[in-house]
Amino acid sequence: MEQHRSHIYGVMAEFDTPAELVHAVERAREAGYRRMDAYTPFPVEGLSEAMGLKRNMVPFITLLGGLAGGLGGFGFQYWVNVVAYPLNVGGRPLNSWPAFIPVTFELTVLGASLCAVFGMLALNRLPQPNHPVFNVHRFVHASSDRFFLCIEARDPKFHLVETARFLQGLHPHHVNEVSDD
Amino acid sequence: MSAGQPPLDSPEIRRLTPVLGPGHTFGSVTDKISSIVLTRPTSFGWFVGFAIAFSLTGVMTIAIGWLIIKGVGIWGINIPIGWGFAIVNFVWWIGIGHAGTLISAILFLLNQKWRTSINRFAEAMTLFAVACAGIFPLIHTGRPWMAYYMFPYPSTMGLWPQFRSPLIWDVFAVSTYGTVSALFWFVGLIPDLATLRDHAVKKPAQIIYGMLAMGWRGSVRHWHRYQSAYLLLAGLATPLVLSVHTVVSFDFAIAIVPGWHTTIFPPYFVAGAIYSGFAMVLTIAIPLRKAYGLEDFITMRHLDNMAKVMLATGLIVAYGYFFEFFLSLYSGQKFDLFLVQQRLHGPYAPYYYALILCNILTPQLLWSYKLRHNVVVLFLMSIVVNVGMWLERFVIVVISLTRDFVPSAWGRYQPTVWDWATFIGTIGMFVTLLFLFVRVLPAISIAEMRELVAETSEEEK
Repeated sequence: MEQHRSHIYGVMAEFDTPAELVHAVERAREAGYRRMDAYTPFPVEGLSEAMGLKRNMVPFITLLGGLAGGLGGFGFQYWVNVVAYPLNVGGRPLNSWPAFIPVTFELTVLGASLCAVFGMLALNRLPQPNHPVFNVHRFVHASSDRFFLCIEARDPKFHLVETARFLQGLHPHHVNEVSDD
Repeated sequence: MSAGQPPLDSPEIRRLTPVLGPGHTFGSVTDKISSIVLTRPTSFGWFVGFAIAFSLTGVMTIAIGWLIIKGVGIWGINIPIGWGFAIVNFVWWIGIGHAGTLISAILFLLNQKWRTSINRFAEAMTLFAVACAGIFPLIHTGRPWMAYYMFPYPSTMGLWPQFRSPLIWDVFAVSTYGTVSALFWFVGLIPDLATLRDHAVKKPAQIIYGMLAMGWRGSVRHWHRYQSAYLLLAGLATPLVLSVHTVVSFDFAIAIVPGWHTTIFPPYFVAGAIYSGFAMVLTIAIPLRKAYGLEDFITMRHLDNMAKVMLATGLIVAYGYFFEFFLSLYSGQKFDLFLVQQRLHGPYAPYYYALILCNILTPQLLWSYKLRHNVVVLFLMSIVVNVGMWLERFVIVVISLTRDFVPSAWGRYQPTVWDWATFIGTIGMFVTLLFLFVRVLPAISIAEMRELVAETSEEEK
């Protein structure tokens, strides 16, 4: 069994509608499966909850980016005008902070946006040119009109025949083995 | 609302003017939109349009090349009118960009379903408009190869940019705006690029779209973070878009020139930007839906809503004109009063009247339901508003600068053939980029259209 497992990434079921997929995910979780993933052509409402996904790290990374952009932006302008090249123009204050706000604001937005996008990609481990799920011939429909559930071999409850039978019981369109290479 | 009339959001009203034509499924929207890029043969009309636009881009290249050889003296600018076409066009283009961000970010936060089929090309329009806008201040510096002076970098001279200057705020606002718009657009494209990768038949297309899609596989964990990132970007882009034209208006409002030094400029500029941007979205949407048969996706409901936004922002702009006028009179300041007199009776008065005609009077026709539902009228109206908003910037820049405080500093401004060549050339570049965009990328977000199919089919149940 161990020998066999190393060549199998998981078992994948294909559904016609988002509702069927959400139902299937709920059933799989009830059955005790945890290591699984669903693949959909658009974000399906209720699917994240059914999968038991908690809050993600993207908002926190975005906050850090915004803080870095804002504090860095203001700090830099302060340093330029007060420390690096102080210029006395008619006795006006060197730290004329209201004039620094527009650039501070823009850099806050820039830092937060860059972190939101690149943080999201990094957490998703993208770019990742290949993945075992692409080995399934029918998986091209995952970017069009079909909804997939893949129970992965690393799940402790995974058993090739049993899991395939379980998925078959959810009345999918197809059930496929997903090979690892 | 009178009694007996169904509420505006009721299913009856929605069925009468849908945001999506009837009978569409996940597969049909996917095939319809991706086929424009992948399987549909490139039409003769596309080549003709592209050839014309690309020739105009060539005109721009020549105009800019000659400018770099000879310097800004080939333009009509002089002292005291140092700004001229370059700044008029810069403000016009950057304003046009604003509608794209408004549609993709603000309407997203407000959960407006009609945004779905127009946000992608509106965002593309934003990017291309910002690209056109960016050219003008760059070449207006006279030595564009020194443009990096505007960015803070540790130079051997130990000098830094003047962070108290609105022109430096502009550099940061516009470059941030360009970057965030590009990110927003690209994030929205990722799932669609995966669709194109999976639908492409030819090997080069598979490889190129595959690389751009970065291995997107639609995993629920990915969507989970993707949606967070998209929502956050929308939330960040909303104050950003308002800040950009505010900063652009500071270029004027911080100066003490009569007609510029007024506190109404930021809101009035932002409203004007959205006004002209929606006009440009209509200018693009109407031929696009016709050429590619997208009437099911870009429905009359979309055109109607955009016309209403145009009408509303046009009224804010009208309010801005009125208060500009009123505050000058109320101030009793002789320079401000003189400016009003110059706008109404000066050498550039025809431009001012044309502006009132284009931006205030003509758009009032949009109150009529019938005219809002007449595609030809809407298209012509959008052109009129585009022209009007260009005239607005011309009036602001030229009349104020030609009639400064002392008569010895008065002057006249006459654009030269090179001014026109550069301006028309950027329009060519904008259209060229749009032609390329509709040919190689999905002009409508496929993933979001599928979401719309899911939502509308649920409503019907």
